[in-house]
Amino acid sequence: MDPFLLEALVNGVLLGGVFALPVLGLNLVFGVVDVIWLCYAELVMVGMYAVWFLYTQAGWPLPLAFAACLPFVAALGVLLHVLVVRPLLRAPPINQVLATGGVLFVLQGVATLVFSTDFRSLGVEMPPMEVGEVFVSGTKLAAFLAALAGAAALWAFLKFTYVGTAIRAIARDREVMPLMGVDPRRIYLITSAVGGTLAGFAACLLVVQLDVHPFVGLSFGPITFMICVMGGLGNMLGGFLAAFLMGLIVSVGGFWWNTEMSYVVAFVFFIAVMFLRPQGLFAR
Amino acid sequence: MSAAVAAARSAAPAAATLELSGIRAGYGDFQALFGVDLRVAPGEAVGVVGPNGAGKTTLLRVISGLLRPTAGTLRYGGHDLTAVAPHELPALGIAHVPENRRLFPHLTVEENLRVGAYARTARAHFAERRDRVFSLFPRLAERRHQLAGTLSGGEQQMCAIGRALMSGPRLLLLDEPSAGLAPIVVQQVFALVRRIREEGLTVLIVEQNVAQVLRVVDRAYVLETGRIAAAGSSAALAADPAIRRSYLGMH
Ligand SMILES: Nc1ncnc2c1ncn2[C@@H]1O[C@H](COP(=O)(O)OP(=O)(O)OP(=O)(O)O)[C@@H](O)[C@H]1O
Ligand SMILES: [Mg+2]
Repeated sequence: MDPFLLEALVNGVLLGGVFALPVLGLNLVFGVVDVIWLCYAELVMVGMYAVWFLYTQAGWPLPLAFAACLPFVAALGVLLHVLVVRPLLRAPPINQVLATGGVLFVLQGVATLVFSTDFRSLGVEMPPMEVGEVFVSGTKLAAFLAALAGAAALWAFLKFTYVGTAIRAIARDREVMPLMGVDPRRIYLITSAVGGTLAGFAACLLVVQLDVHPFVGLSFGPITFMICVMGGLGNMLGGFLAAFLMGLIVSVGGFWWNTEMSYVVAFVFFIAVMFLRPQGLFAR
Repeated sequence: MSAAVAAARSAAPAAATLELSGIRAGYGDFQALFGVDLRVAPGEAVGVVGPNGAGKTTLLRVISGLLRPTAGTLRYGGHDLTAVAPHELPALGIAHVPENRRLFPHLTVEENLRVGAYARTARAHFAERRDRVFSLFPRLAERRHQLAGTLSGGEQQMCAIGRALMSGPRLLLLDEPSAGLAPIVVQQVFALVRRIREEGLTVLIVEQNVAQVLRVVDRAYVLETGRIAAAGSSAALAADPAIRRSYLGMH
């Protein structure tokens, strides 16, 4: 096979791994709380700024900055739930979308005020690695492996713990949960914290690959939503698979044409899927 | 957490008397219960029978706090249940098997049992109670890794009862456990209820299958359009000409 095509395929898989985390976070929150966090990519953006600030300005070691980013964005997720989502739980979906969409602009605005619109770079790069006849960016490979580990940890949490099992249960039947001794309000809070943690995790993986600026969410937010819808909103496994599919489309599209065109191709593919399978590619 | 629940958690929940008096409840403007008095003493098995729409499910929903009464008192031992959050009831020793079972169809049998053991007071006893549930229902043990949605109707009812037992209740509320089951499976379900009460659990069971339920319970109430129309021992009710005519299909 053409080594450049092979490289594009490998990069597509690596990219899919990074898409997967925010997709899992969004799907988890939507599946449980039934509200779409339209500002999800902006939570990631704030997490990226946090890592950038702690590492380059406060002089923290990078691992420590990463470790601080997760609880920080988790707390933002909890705040978002308590201040914005919870008061609107019974409101029409359009109000919920408008509210979390409003938070998106607030976060962009605050980031601009605090950090200006300059592009900020962490300035770390791992050496490329040669695997067979393909060159792979060490940074991207590390990010991919970390994303897989994060997804596996999420799976184990949902599969083997009491709270995780209750999270999967509540997505199907809210009303009956108190009879099991489960306080749905508490499950919503925990889910929001986990959703925030995944955004913080994604921030750590993205900040080593992308420069941070207040609008960086636009470079991966829309595609994250497309992937969620393609995989079937709320469907964790479907979203996970769709993330890799989208990663491949973007990467191979970029190989055949160019990066801008590859996103157009991805979007056309998304629209085609919506016409043919509006319930999502992997809906059961 | 309310003081009542904290106190109950310091020790295993004690058996207590459930007492309702003058309970009124409804949905919006619609009133479904019009002053219900009902009492279940520790160790008793009590039935509530009545036609469709009489308010039987509503009554159980009021007891477990899913629906708050608009008037009347609701006590369990020393506790005013209307002041307890519904999710704190398992810690007080009350479990509710809801109408239509309401299993989590996409979770396995064992995962359904795990959700039933969610209460902090129950988690430490998970393995021991799961094994007890499996010994009560060997069919569930064989299907422990199967999705609950793929079980037969009878197995689903067993799983729903097993899930409720996982919290280690002293009082079990059952809402029409025989609904939609084949006659032979109905027999099995009632045999089970008998066994559960022989193990010392207090049982309040709502049923439309009056003939069967009167063989299992000590006493029963007849609920009609939200009011207690009759009450008495199983033997007395089974002998009552009006009950025989309306509920037992005899003339
Ligand atoms: N969620 C609800 N909203 C409005 N009305 C309701 C609701 N649930 C029940 N009702 C009404 O309350 C009355 C009592 O209903 P309930 O379900 O308690 O009856 P039931 O005795 O359990 O009947 P069945 O034997 O059919 O289960 C009925 O008239 C019913 O239509
Ligand atoms: Mg009913």
